[in-house]
Amino acid sequence: MYVAVKGGEAAIANAHAWLAEERRGDLAVPEIGTDQIAGQLTLAVDRAMAEGSLYDPGLAALAIKQSRGDLIEAIFLLRAYRTTLPRYGASAPLDTGAMAVTRRVSATYKDLPGGQVLGPTFDYTHRLLDFALAAEGLTPEPAPEADPGPDAAPARVTGLLAAEGLMAAEPASDAEPGDVTRTPVTFPATRDLRLQKLARGDEGFLLSMAYSTQRGYGNAHPFVGELRGGEAAVLFTPPELGFAIEIGDLPVTECQMVNQFHGSRTEPPQFTRGYGLVLGRTERRAMAMAIVDRALRAAELGEAVTAPAQDEEFVLAHSDNVEANGFLEHLKLPHYVDFGSELESVRAMRAAAREEAARAAAPGALREAAE
Amino acid sequence: MSAATNAVGYNFAYLDEATKRMIRRALLKAVAVPGHQVPFGSREMPLPYGWGTGGIQVTAAVIGAEDTLKVIDQGADDTTNAVSIRRFFARVAPGLRTTERTAEATVIQTRHRIPETPLREGQIMVYQVPQPEPLFKLEPRRTETRRLHALGDYGLMQVKLYEDIARHGRVGSSYDHPVMVGGRYLMSPSPIPAFDNPKMHMSPALQLFGAGRECRLYAVPPYTEVRSLDFEDHPFVPLRADAACTLCGARDSYLDEVVTDDRGGRIFVCSDTDFCGARQAMKEAAE
Repeated sequence: MYVAVKGGEAAIANAHAWLAEERRGDLAVPEIGTDQIAGQLTLAVDRAMAEGSLYDPGLAALAIKQSRGDLIEAIFLLRAYRTTLPRYGASAPLDTGAMAVTRRVSATYKDLPGGQVLGPTFDYTHRLLDFALAAEGLTPEPAPEADPGPDAAPARVTGLLAAEGLMAAEPASDAEPGDVTRTPVTFPATRDLRLQKLARGDEGFLLSMAYSTQRGYGNAHPFVGELRGGEAAVLFTPPELGFAIEIGDLPVTECQMVNQFHGSRTEPPQFTRGYGLVLGRTERRAMAMAIVDRALRAAELGEAVTAPAQDEEFVLAHSDNVEANGFLEHLKLPHYVDFGSELESVRAMRAAAREEAARAAAPGALREAAE
Repeated sequence: MSAATNAVGYNFAYLDEATKRMIRRALLKAVAVPGHQVPFGSREMPLPYGWGTGGIQVTAAVIGAEDTLKVIDQGADDTTNAVSIRRFFARVAPGLRTTERTAEATVIQTRHRIPETPLREGQIMVYQVPQPEPLFKLEPRRTETRRLHALGDYGLMQVKLYEDIARHGRVGSSYDHPVMVGGRYLMSPSPIPAFDNPKMHMSPALQLFGAGRECRLYAVPPYTEVRSLDFEDHPFVPLRADAACTLCGARDSYLDEVVTDDRGGRIFVCSDTDFCGARQAMKEAAE
């Protein structure tokens, strides 16, 4: 007799045991440590922290280890941990203008105050597999160090343009920013919520959305006004102290995209800004975010909204990979109750169609149709 | 990984000979139909898309060990991407000479500029092209733009230019201003400043264009008519900063704006470093 499987507690336990075994891999190979992940797979850790919206390299490394390197799974683990953390308060806004930069490039000027600082970038590497790296035990030569420049923070490119009146002013606000992790986003969303959603959105999604505008679906003409990465000081004012103290540094990457704006009835032609600020050295994400932010300003700037990347609801509702992945993968769950009713419905429709066909084929029916 | 180290295990100029032949066939077709975009089997390259994969493939397909290669980006030989591409060819094309002098080069790969020094017969300009389709901002679907090219229907672009004039009093594109090649095909000159467009007209050099990501090649043979799109009553006017080069004093070259402080200080210098350097040397010699 066939017995329908219910629960499957033993099956689940066995699957988890097998998963743990697969994660560990060949026991003859040393186990990977979270310190190795945090120290050597830094860009994976940064991506997990950015999309997990949690700055903790150790936990991010653990999440990556636990998820067998599946970054969306790692991001999910971090989000699920983050949501349990108590909130002590909000820091002051980061002053990225004052941060110590390890990378700072502008594509709009050949040179500018503060200079172009390449930093540790893949940009100009030739993508040829370095087989020497497969052999372990190679210690890279220490990179040459430049003389420390002046202590002054490099000027902002957008500020230089603004000083000439060429950069559209952003409306200033001291209002408490919203929090997309606590309040659901409704449309139209305010820019603070939009930027938050983009900052934690799926990197691949943001990349493709930004790319679509570059190929004509949304008409963006972006220039990298400035891309800077470094460590920004986090200032917090404990209520019992009443003044701000520095509680640490946060590695961030900021991108300001400069786009031409043809002007409107009230505004002269000028440049407008797309803004990206992300946790860690996640430059691709910062750039994509800035392009998508600018695309989403289309309606605000009186431009025609014609492309997917300009459609706020489309972009923001589908940018989160934990949401998207959950809903996609839930299709693996049992759906047999619904499917059973679908089966019955399809069978009934087919039976009705058959009867209809039989009636039409009967000699009497033909005559009726002819009359 | 110095420039002197040749890459072991790779064919001359990186691509295999069959791939080079495929590209050269596409280039022959492109030369035969000036301004027409020819699809080609663009390969994955060891530099990222957007960095000049199309230009690199074209250069690799036409270059030989007896050639002299110049690579510029923004007009300059010393910009990071130009340095990187020049180093790449120095590594994968043993025997190839590289130069920074426009006059000495037989092949010049460029991103965003045409050298100030007039080109001559026998030289090949290789342009890196991010977006070969001149109509893409007006009609993103390539199925549709291909039809428009077949019909020679460029009304969309004429209307766009008309709207620019109606709104701003002038044709609005400051770079990548579309050109008509041989009176037949509308073509993207690649994102060179409009200032450079006239240099394409009746150029004695062969001009080849490669768009790797979009898998398209096109060409302008020597001595071909290349007209910037405009109207009789609103002729095309190339723009340049109204200043002289701070280093060499040139008033007829395209200038880069260099910000010197955050209090509005700025200077202008030639974007073409070879041109500027030669003028400075001449001035020094004269003094």
